[in-house]
Amino acid sequence: MKYSYYSGCTLRTKAKDLDAYARASAKALGFELEEIENWQCCGGVYPLGSDEIATKLSSVRALNEAKEKGQELVTLCSACHHVIKRVNDDMKNVEDIRTRANNYMKLEEPYAGETTVLHFLEVLRDRVGFDKLKEKVVNPLKGKKIGAYYGCLLLRPGKVLEFDNPENPKIMEDFIRAIGAEPVIYPYRNECCGGHIALKEKEMAGNMSDNIMNSAEGFGADMLITACPLCLYNMNKNSKSELPVYYFTELLAEALGVKEEVAK
Amino acid sequence: MQRIGVFVCHCGSNIAATVDVNKVVEVIKAEPGVVHAEDYQYMCSEAGQEKIAGAIKEHGLTGIVVCSCSPRMHEGTFRKCAEKAGINPYMVEIANIREQCSWIHKDIEEATKKAVILARAAVAKVNLNTPLKPGESRVTKRALVIGGGIAGIQTALDIADAGYEVDIVEKTPSIGGRMSQLDKTFPTLDCSACILTPKMVDASAHEKINIYTYSEVEKVSGFVGDFTVDIRKKARYVDMTKCTGCGVCQEKCPSKKGLSEFNRGLNKRSAIYTPFAQAIPNVPVIDTDQCIKMKTGKCGLCEKVCQAGAIDYTQKDEIISEKYGAIVVATGFDIIKLDQYDEYAYSQSKDVITSLELERIMNAAGPTKGHLERLSDGKSPKNIVFIQCVGSRCSDNRGKSYCSKICCMYTAKHAMLIRDKYPDVNVTVFYIDVRTPGKNFDEFYRRAVEEYGVNYIKGQVGKVAPQPDGQLMVHGVDLIDNKQIKMEADMVVLAAAIEPESSVRKLATMLTASIDTNNFLTEAHPKLRPVESPTAGVFLSGVSQGPKDIPETVAQAGAAAIKVVGLLAKDKLLTNPCTAHSDELLCNGCSTCANVCPYGAISYEDKQVNDHGIRETRRVAVVNTALCQGCGACTVACPSGAMDLQGFSNRQIIAEVDAICR
Amino acid sequence: METSFKSAELIREISGVNPYKCMKCGKCSASCPSYNEMDIKPHQFVSYVLNEDIESLVNSKSLWKCLSCFACVERCPRDVKPGKLIDAARQVVVRQKDQDYLSPNEIPELLDPDMPQQLLVSAFRKYRR
Repeated sequence: MKYSYYSGCTLRTKAKDLDAYARASAKALGFELEEIENWQCCGGVYPLGSDEIATKLSSVRALNEAKEKGQELVTLCSACHHVIKRVNDDMKNVEDIRTRANNYMKLEEPYAGETTVLHFLEVLRDRVGFDKLKEKVVNPLKGKKIGAYYGCLLLRPGKVLEFDNPENPKIMEDFIRAIGAEPVIYPYRNECCGGHIALKEKEMAGNMSDNIMNSAEGFGADMLITACPLCLYNMNKNSKSELPVYYFTELLAEALGVKEEVAK
Repeated sequence: MQRIGVFVCHCGSNIAATVDVNKVVEVIKAEPGVVHAEDYQYMCSEAGQEKIAGAIKEHGLTGIVVCSCSPRMHEGTFRKCAEKAGINPYMVEIANIREQCSWIHKDIEEATKKAVILARAAVAKVNLNTPLKPGESRVTKRALVIGGGIAGIQTALDIADAGYEVDIVEKTPSIGGRMSQLDKTFPTLDCSACILTPKMVDASAHEKINIYTYSEVEKVSGFVGDFTVDIRKKARYVDMTKCTGCGVCQEKCPSKKGLSEFNRGLNKRSAIYTPFAQAIPNVPVIDTDQCIKMKTGKCGLCEKVCQAGAIDYTQKDEIISEKYGAIVVATGFDIIKLDQYDEYAYSQSKDVITSLELERIMNAAGPTKGHLERLSDGKSPKNIVFIQCVGSRCSDNRGKSYCSKICCMYTAKHAMLIRDKYPDVNVTVFYIDVRTPGKNFDEFYRRAVEEYGVNYIKGQVGKVAPQPDGQLMVHGVDLIDNKQIKMEADMVVLAAAIEPESSVRKLATMLTASIDTNNFLTEAHPKLRPVESPTAGVFLSGVSQGPKDIPETVAQAGAAAIKVVGLLAKDKLLTNPCTAHSDELLCNGCSTCANVCPYGAISYEDKQVNDHGIRETRRVAVVNTALCQGCGACTVACPSGAMDLQGFSNRQIIAEVDAICR
Repeated sequence: METSFKSAELIREISGVNPYKCMKCGKCSASCPSYNEMDIKPHQFVSYVLNEDIESLVNSKSLWKCLSCFACVERCPRDVKPGKLIDAARQVVVRQKDQDYLSPNEIPELLDPDMPQQLLVSAFRKYRR
């Protein structure tokens, strides 16, 4: 099974090992990630203004390429997923944006939101299936108590992202169970960590991360996993908490026994 | 040829300001069939009606046209007037030159032209009118009340006291409804069971009231005055004629895993159970999903210990059929499901509860014997937070758009009762508005604040976060002080929205009673006819019609009862004579009409027909004139033109069209 | 700056928000993680737009403290989307000349070798034209 893959800037540079873990895990699970040719940076933030078009075009190009290949588009980073999925929703439902974007782009065939956008976790849940994942795990993370950190971008706005219940999600906890560990539920797992302002307001971002990590620790978590490289950086760097934070593909690769391959 | 009189109303300036009424009179006088025409300021007034009656006598009129407001307003008035003056009331036609003319035009010339055309059409129709006589249908002097809560009980008592037989159908094992689950009622703080049970006893003891509990309405057919209803009496597996209500079976039953519906699932009950101690009838039912004997064939302990020999595992559901003249819907409400509101952690913490669950906790017969304690660890709470408007007043897709009306008052009641009984407990209420419209209601709420020290904070709560130590962190805001509030609570109570009982949509379909998008039954007129459904013979009582508290429910129940009594007091009902009729010489029995009739009024029979000397048996359509509402769908669908509508015949409609096109 | 009225219209248009729907319940403010850093609070944004006091809005600190985490949008019972409103105000400011909150000169000081690119990209998208 092949999917078009949009990796995003960070996962190809500063965090390229996380991307490598994802590809290796995909291979072990029987699907392939075909990187989009000439992808452009999604911008990191979804342009909210109803008159903003130019900032959405890089996403439309990626979506269109996936459409031309007849494949679903898979993203790995929460921020890219948020931007691309929302742009896709606009292209499908907002006539004004669809018309203007298509006018700018002059594609062979106008794009109207036909591509399905999936986050890697959704591929695991909906295409592979967590029970199948469980079968392929050779190195279950037994005894580990892992808290899932969703952040804000994966879940909200719920009506567009339709990822999971925005106030009480369970996809990452199911993932944790599938790789053999014990999920820890704590109330702030869907609160924003302040990643976006970590550049100018380190203290504010630090405080917000502290709240989240202290809560997870209080409920007995040994570590947190996240799906956003920005959250990963922010929580590791700016928070005073000692709790380790990992990217989910790293633990996935470990559980599937392909982590060493990547390290080589 | 008819002798038609045309009466043009000014309706003050409503019509006369835009339509030249004198011109209309002048032109219409020349219409064929018109022998008299006049205008007047207010035709519907006594003086106006006298003019009509006078003209009928003076000119020997056989038909009249009134050019006025919509027939919805005064068709009845003018028909009565004509009847009093000696002509058949169905020789009256209304030309609507107000809603359909003067109110929607600005140009006088245009409006007058249209008024003349409308008058002409009405004259053309009256020319072909024939006198019609309303039919009669019988009235079964028995009423059915669906729902055995306070609304149903009160309605039944009022109908029975007036001397008529009433049946109450209640789907749970006992009557009593939501009010039986309450601890105390606002604003008097009466003990709910103490004021309800006497009424329950009255209802069960009344010779004219018959109660079917653990039963549901299965099928409804018929029409006002003559309904036939099938009621399914679900099997209780206990013989009601033998059971003494001693309760030993419940004590001894070994299966205690079922969740008590009466206590909102907060504690367990046995498989054979009565919902609460004062249940009426005091006869238990067996929950087959929990009963060991029913599932495995083993046990049968209740049968062994029953001194009266009342247990009967072989009982089956029984369907009975009864006839009623009127039906009252009093199905009540339930709390919404909170699965869309996980920010309040309702499903994640046992200490986040709904207000109805709190009622059960505070009630001495409840899961904690009336002791206020946390459901997670049984400890006494020190800080309680109430969150208002959960799922009400929403215009997103998660909640209800309406205000649930009772929550501001019951939260003030809860807060006050807790502060009274446990003065060292802090009580905080996060609200948007406090709505206290009833008698003594605002004073009640102010007592909670001023005398009992309940802390009311204007602002909502964003999130309730369970903490590792079992406390709940409430993230709210104080809009007056402009501060975000993070407060620790050990119990959070959600004032969740109420919605009509879940089975009401199916019931409304069975009754063809109007229902709105929120599943509340619609009333015939929101201001002037609040207890009648637009469907004749169906009446509304209680929260099934809209959110309301107990005083309003009882008032409405009485109103519904008197409407029912007014109906049952008649010996016969007049049916609408404008019904469909099939010409058996043209009918070919194709069934198209029966398939389009929304009222199920058309059936078929084999009839001996004499068609120009040929005698044969044909299958022809037959219309039940009592069910027929005169909608005309069959006349349009009929391919051979055999179906026609009395009072709106095909010829008449064509004549109207011809008059308009002239 | 443009006149008050035009700005209010502009903000409503860019955001697509109908400010009349707000029932002043405060749930947005209760959910906002940046509440304490803001001078004009989330529940006040709508009021300011309705009163057309755009001058105060565009000069406030709140524009730069909003994280676009959409907690207010998700939880608002009236579907008012206050987060979109504050973002539109930010847009109005950033589209003016020389009104950027972040200038490239500041970056070297704030930079740290572990920072992922997306942090810089998003910062530039939000704080500059």
